[in-house]
Amino acid sequence: MDKAPASPLATYLAHLEHGRLAYQFSPEADAPVFFPRVICPKTGSDRLEWRISAGLGTVHATTVVHPQQGAPYNVALIDVDEGFRMMSRVEDVPPDQVRIGMRVQFRVHWPGGDEPPCPVFAPVEAA
Amino acid sequence: MRGLQRGGAAIVGVAESDLGAVADLMSPIDLMAQGIQRALADCGLTLKEVDGLFCATTQARTSVMSLVEYLGLPNAYTDSTIVGGSSFEIHVAHALAAITAGLCSVAVIAYGSTQRTVGRRAASVREYNPYETPFKPFLPASAYALAASRHMHQFGTTREQLAEVAVAARQWALLNPAAWEKKPLTVAEVIAARPVSDPFTVRDCCLVTDGGGAVIMTSAERARTLKQPPIYVLGCGQSITHATISSMPDLTVSGAVESGRQAYAMAGMSAADIDVVELYDAFTLNTILFLEDLGFCAKGEGGPFISGGRIAPGGALPVNTNGGGLSYCHPGMYGLFLLIEAVRQLRGECGQRQVAGCETAIVHGNGGVLSAQSTVILGTGATL
Repeated sequence: MDKAPASPLATYLAHLEHGRLAYQFSPEADAPVFFPRVICPKTGSDRLEWRISAGLGTVHATTVVHPQQGAPYNVALIDVDEGFRMMSRVEDVPPDQVRIGMRVQFRVHWPGGDEPPCPVFAPVEAA
Repeated sequence: MRGLQRGGAAIVGVAESDLGAVADLMSPIDLMAQGIQRALADCGLTLKEVDGLFCATTQARTSVMSLVEYLGLPNAYTDSTIVGGSSFEIHVAHALAAITAGLCSVAVIAYGSTQRTVGRRAASVREYNPYETPFKPFLPASAYALAASRHMHQFGTTREQLAEVAVAARQWALLNPAAWEKKPLTVAEVIAARPVSDPFTVRDCCLVTDGGGAVIMTSAERARTLKQPPIYVLGCGQSITHATISSMPDLTVSGAVESGRQAYAMAGMSAADIDVVELYDAFTLNTILFLEDLGFCAKGEGGPFISGGRIAPGGALPVNTNGGGLSYCHPGMYGLFLLIEAVRQLRGECGQRQVAGCETAIVHGNGGVLSAQSTVILGTGATL
């Protein structure tokens, strides 16, 4: 058997570093797979394609975390248009103004230091 | 669950260890041992007769190995399945299987935690998840809060209804001398308490206490020779739908639908046949969600269903009669205490909080972030 050349997480992060929100697609299940993994949970197949999301999504669930110290912040679950759900946060609006159903756009956040980039969202600008 | 024998085994002994804030330097295994000694005394069996050990704690990686050493039971049949707070409901199913298969004859299910003494972070170290941890959810509260946001959005469940769950739990706790909380609580106080993760304040969240305990099981035949009236295991069910909240299939429908279906099918019962309800209330949402998923009301109607004191003392449906994880005790994995309270109710030992004439109880354990659901239906000899 061939050794896996890169882990699912490393591939995902490499895309993020280039500004892309990547996810997997299982051709046999005809369904997206997220979080990235080695086999498809619907078929057991290791044939998973990497695809790039257009980065648009909808807020599915939202909360404001109130830390004992520091400012409150948002944590949300985003339904990405390509059909998968992920945890993230919505920026550019006060955390308690994030609403279920709000349309949002992906961007990369760089925490700095040794931390890897992470995908965050902001409200889609009204056209 | 398929393959399990309805009424094949019974719970014959139950006990809590010390609860609340335990003596300095007590270990989780000390608390298990204390619970085991008290539960054996409850049923009149001795440690030498124990040949099955089932346990879980977040503070010992190989907890059953530690417990075997501590008790000096090298030949015991062992199982340390750990899926969070519902581990002990799963242990009941596994102990029933082991007893009826002849793998052991006296099974002990034990739990211990010193999370209040050592601190929640030290007691239960969170694993780093690259898809969630960067967003700093305050787990587990934020995961349940996200589910609550959906329940409120889809069904119109109100902030006041969530708070009423905490108030009902507190009213039960005031009838339980072993409960941590001793003062009355109002809906307004729940809502005005320190916010944790919206919509939850600290009063929507389970307590952080120490504690432990044990449950003793044996065959139905042997159970009838012991001190206490046997409480039979009539039904068991299990469903693990996800590990992280991002992967929960539907934030408003838990695996309790499936675990409940399995347990009801095995018991030959439905929600209408249940006299007392013990649900894992780590957060106020849980009680509403599990009452829906276990068939006590329709999906989405849990908020109106619990309001007006229906689940409080004197209400139509007695739920979480010990005061629950919200007001009685919550050392991190609360599921064992649900079993202890259900057994005591069915034996009629509960004093001021006793539910009159109860013959059947449903115990529903929850683990992780609405992840691991396990249901146990218990009954008196009249239900066999």
